[in-house]
Amino acid sequence: MVGAGLVVIGVGIGIGRIGGSAMDAIARQPEAYGKIQTAMLIAAALIEGIGFAALFAVS
Amino acid sequence: MQRKTLLKILILFLVLNVVHVNAQHEDEHTESSELSLKESQKLERKEYIQHHLLDSYDFNLFSYKKDNGEKAHVGFPLPIILWDNGLQLFSSSKFHHGETVAENNGNYYKIDHNKIYKTDASGTINYDDHHHAINDKPLDFSFTKGAFMILLTCILMFLLFTSLAKSYVKNGGISKGFGRLFEPVVLYIRDDIAIPNIGEKKYKRYMPYLLTIFFFIWFLNIFGLTPLGVNVTGNIAVTVALALLTFLITNFTGTKDYWKHIFDPLGDTLPWFGKIPLYIILIPIELLGIIIKPFSLLIRLYANMQAGHIVLMSLIGLMFFFKSWFGSTLSFGLSFAISLIEVLVALLQAYIFTMLSALYFGFAAEEHEHHDEASAH
Repeated sequence: MVGAGLVVIGVGIGIGRIGGSAMDAIARQPEAYGKIQTAMLIAAALIEGIGFAALFAVS
Repeated sequence: MQRKTLLKILILFLVLNVVHVNAQHEDEHTESSELSLKESQKLERKEYIQHHLLDSYDFNLFSYKKDNGEKAHVGFPLPIILWDNGLQLFSSSKFHHGETVAENNGNYYKIDHNKIYKTDASGTINYDDHHHAINDKPLDFSFTKGAFMILLTCILMFLLFTSLAKSYVKNGGISKGFGRLFEPVVLYIRDDIAIPNIGEKKYKRYMPYLLTIFFFIWFLNIFGLTPLGVNVTGNIAVTVALALLTFLITNFTGTKDYWKHIFDPLGDTLPWFGKIPLYIILIPIELLGIIIKPFSLLIRLYANMQAGHIVLMSLIGLMFFFKSWFGSTLSFGLSFAISLIEVLVALLQAYIFTMLSALYFGFAAEEHEHHDEASAH
């Protein structure tokens, strides 16, 4: 249980950083919005997958 | 004017809701002591949520308690198809929502924890030490609620998109009717998912699959948010099947370069005796990657939909937890907000699944990069 909680914290930090960095990138290059968004979603989805795997390992 | 009436109806509905819940509260209060009541209701909520997440043998729209305390279910039964020394075909209404034993051609069946077991005439189910049933299980091909919704979605998609395709022919390249709503989505999948990931040359081979899987997942996710109470994409069997399709297509359309990338990723950069120690580690990782990619797809879709449904149901359950005007309002507001987020998640998960499938197809279909690298060295 505690392990799952730790993983979720880690996933939260990870996705937060991706989102934040994507915001920075979009602010610098608004014309690359589409590409940045796609890359952001893929990275976020991959991290999310690990989080879910941890949750299912517990339950 | 219209908006005002709508608002009035909404307020009336909310007030009625609160009054109703309060009245129920008064009723039940007199029946038994508070502690046991609280615990039994907590259990009931938990069971209700778990029941909702599972597939079922009949299509139950809603159930309520009659004035005389009897439970009434509104919905319709679905066919049960079993293979148990011959085909057994009967209606799920024989189970009476899992409460009674069903008899067909001298065989007796009972539902226990959402699975059909073979029993004797009185319906006894034997358990082992871990409380798992040890009765015989017949092979179950039943047409369940999930299967029903999948078929419904297929028919809906077929009608929608054939009418869209026909309208292009009829009106000289301009779509008409309801299908027009999906034209921009189709174009988006082609221009922003398929072409950038797979490449201009080969994307056409994968388009039918990508479009089908996108709309299939999207529609089923949206159906999951309607009061029909279906949870098809939150069923791991469905997501396994979807991911298996992606897995098969990726590996069967894989080019020579795709397999070379797996079994010989370094190419000519090292002599063979330098490659061996590296490949002992690299090749198993690459082989594992083939399986992990679709596995992450299936877990992501399943877990997201499951989690969304649990959160939504729990928030609606708050109403019965607080049992006051405050709880009703809170539950209504929160579940409304989460419903909106879930609509977004429904689209996002369909998008992610399609996007990642396209990415994997892109890996499988790539041909040029290695030759370019080789000539550069």
